[in-house]
Amino acid sequence: MKFLYAAYAATWVIHITYLAFLSRRYRRLRDEMQDLRKK
Amino acid sequence: MRRTFVILALLTLGLLSYALYEGLVAAPTEQTMGEVQRIFYYHVPSAVTAFTLFLINFAASIIYLARRSPRADALAVSTAEVGVVFCTVVLVTGPLWARPVWGIWWTWDARLTSTLLLWLIYISYLILRRYSTSGQTPVIAAVLAVFGFLDVPFVYMANRLFRTQHPQPVYFGGPGSGADPRMTFALLMNMAAFFAFAALVVWLRFRLERARQDFEETQALEALLQPDARSPR
Repeated sequence: MKFLYAAYAATWVIHITYLAFLSRRYRRLRDEMQDLRKK
Repeated sequence: MRRTFVILALLTLGLLSYALYEGLVAAPTEQTMGEVQRIFYYHVPSAVTAFTLFLINFAASIIYLARRSPRADALAVSTAEVGVVFCTVVLVTGPLWARPVWGIWWTWDARLTSTLLLWLIYISYLILRRYSTSGQTPVIAAVLAVFGFLDVPFVYMANRLFRTQHPQPVYFGGPGSGADPRMTFALLMNMAAFFAFAALVVWLRFRLERARQDFEETQALEALLQPDARSPR
């Protein structure tokens, strides 16, 4: 059973990590756009 | 747009929860492998989703090479990135199934090796896109994507053409292949849920890429308009 739960948990850890990475890139791009508008 | 996204995200979440129930609870337990066989309901849909995303990447790359369309380029990079995430899931869940069933985490058979190679091809595609500073990067990446995709049919056919440690095809594998209808239903539910989830993530990634393209274009225009950017007389 531990392998089954590990596989299901690993799947969602991978997806959630990617979504967090995507969200960080969104924020960084938004900040850069704001900086460009201020210039 | 935002409201549509929220509605679709909630529907996908509902579908993923139901698919999880189907895979962990409703589907019958396989007789020889036991509970660990349920990894199949995440492993196979992740592989099918990754292959589909690489197929879209292949088509978008061809369109980009033919028309130099920035939208096609944005779609190509989005599908490659999300495809790599799903392919990573395949490469992680596979060994977690193999260890209790085969007694080993990994073996260098045609199916496993070609899947690892596929993952490495698309990782190199993403590294190229991320770190190359050449103006021709999207063109080079598109060519790599077109040739890289050739590995996808090979991965699919590997356990049909060669004797592999990886199990023979459960579906479309000729006489004797197939599974209990309740198992097939659980598999199809997970496949639908993973497709919906992948579509949402690709949508987010595509919008990010389009915004990045716009930003870079604006930045280039700004640089041209700067007084100190003018060439000296």
